[in-house]
Amino acid sequence: MSSWNYRTCPTTGFKVHNKAETLIQFNAVTSIVFLLVGGIVGLTLALTRWQAVHLLNDEWFYRFLSLHGIAMLVAWIVFFEMAVLYFASAVILNSRLAAPWVGWLQYLLMLVGGALVAVMILTGNADVMFTSYVPLKAHHLYYLGIILFAVGAILGCVVFFATLVVAKHEKTYTGSLPLVTFGAAAAAIIAIITLSAGAIVFIPTWLWAAGIIPVMDSEVYRLLFWGFGHSSQQINVAAMVSIWYLLATLTVGAVPLNEKVCRTAFVLYILFICIASEHHLLVDPGFSAAHKTWNTGYFMHLAVLASMIHAFSVPAATEVALRKQGHTRGAFEWLKKAPWGNPGFSSLVLSVVGFGFLGGITGVIYGTEQINIIAHNNLRIPGHFHATVVAGTTMAFMGITWYMLPLMFRRQVVAPKLASLQPWLFGGGMMMFSTAMMFAGGFGVSRRSWDMNGVDGPFQVNFGPIVDLSLAVMGISGVVAALGGAIFCLLAVATLLFGKKVNA
Amino acid sequence: MAHDDDRDKKISYWEVFYDDIFLLFFLGVAITYILFVVWGLMELGTAQPSPLLKPNI
Repeated sequence: MSSWNYRTCPTTGFKVHNKAETLIQFNAVTSIVFLLVGGIVGLTLALTRWQAVHLLNDEWFYRFLSLHGIAMLVAWIVFFEMAVLYFASAVILNSRLAAPWVGWLQYLLMLVGGALVAVMILTGNADVMFTSYVPLKAHHLYYLGIILFAVGAILGCVVFFATLVVAKHEKTYTGSLPLVTFGAAAAAIIAIITLSAGAIVFIPTWLWAAGIIPVMDSEVYRLLFWGFGHSSQQINVAAMVSIWYLLATLTVGAVPLNEKVCRTAFVLYILFICIASEHHLLVDPGFSAAHKTWNTGYFMHLAVLASMIHAFSVPAATEVALRKQGHTRGAFEWLKKAPWGNPGFSSLVLSVVGFGFLGGITGVIYGTEQINIIAHNNLRIPGHFHATVVAGTTMAFMGITWYMLPLMFRRQVVAPKLASLQPWLFGGGMMMFSTAMMFAGGFGVSRRSWDMNGVDGPFQVNFGPIVDLSLAVMGISGVVAALGGAIFCLLAVATLLFGKKVNA
Repeated sequence: MAHDDDRDKKISYWEVFYDDIFLLFFLGVAITYILFVVWGLMELGTAQPSPLLKPNI
């Protein structure tokens, strides 16, 4: 133990292994770079779907849509999750990071893979959209990039689990894993399930694109792609909920009212959340009604139950902590006196509301077999997942960053007043954006479509002025959210470069 | 008293189950792959070609 280099964090008392700290820093910074790239192209997309602006031409709209999906839904989030996994294992358990060189291999593979995918998209070699459904064919390096990224992320999970073993063996903790680490373990398990499905489908697709395999079955591709494509969002859910508990503790000193119930909810995620991918296959003729019903009902709702448990547990723990601070007058004094100016706390609340109410409830409704058939190819679905992944997950990741900067990078956040405004701009803008998207989708406005009226098609579709209004609200709130995202990136970079040093 | 302490420290089966991360890992992989992937592949493997499919097309 003594041969490893550690520092003790003066705020939390955690013993921080220097190699874990460096890897956390690299993964976190890279994630923010991808967030910036994805955010810029996302803004151009919002300004294109806002019909009065219609910024991009069709070619760049579809190209940027693919890049936006890869940069935001995959690169930003998974790089950040790698940082979370190393933090939740090595730092929270006061342990050394197992095999740091594997961690560096993870970082390099993900960086090369992510960059390769981005280059292939931007050079027009992968005009197949995010789903890249076979028989659409991209350049084989596009698939190779995804494989490298997935393998890198699997290695990150392996380092996480190895660190758990090391920590237990070296007795850096006793008893059960802390709840945040347990939640991160749930995320890592779901990540391996997900990424292995990705590897299984993308390796033959890569060989098919390279001309080595003559044919690729489109139904097999869809089954396995969604084992990867949707389940990857469940990694976010588990990681985000872990961060909710961490933020609740860091901001108001909350502890879960019943840890056993919270752990049970994480176990339900591990066991049942990935089968929810089935809702992408509800109209596919190759699968029986039994396969579809079983996987979109029954067990899947045990995972939904888990989210409901967390959605009550986190606010309840927060309320109890604030009441213990003396805010006990009336039913809502605790809410009134909550630290709303703390960006970590406001991010937590906005993330819970955005994910739970907007994203979660709509997800359960749209995932139902009958409704899914109506909703799946219009803007209701992107509206749903912008609420879960952006207003929920991204908001929570941004919130924890305000604590990561002083704890891991040892820099005081510059312009704290601007930082306290940032969650409201980003979270508020994104919730309005999602709502407007779902509203437009309710009128049948198609998703992934540059030309929603079919002007250049064989027949035209005319929507009423309410749709134009919804899309205008979507565009304006997208600009507000992008401003919040830009402030986040700016303050994070400015803090790294100019932030006052915090003594270790 | 010592007997009571031992009884207090007794760990429930649920806690043992939850603490076994690798068992949870195995169960998570098994449930997802059996119910979603393997079952799905079996259905695709046994699907009959459409009667509308004409061999000369």
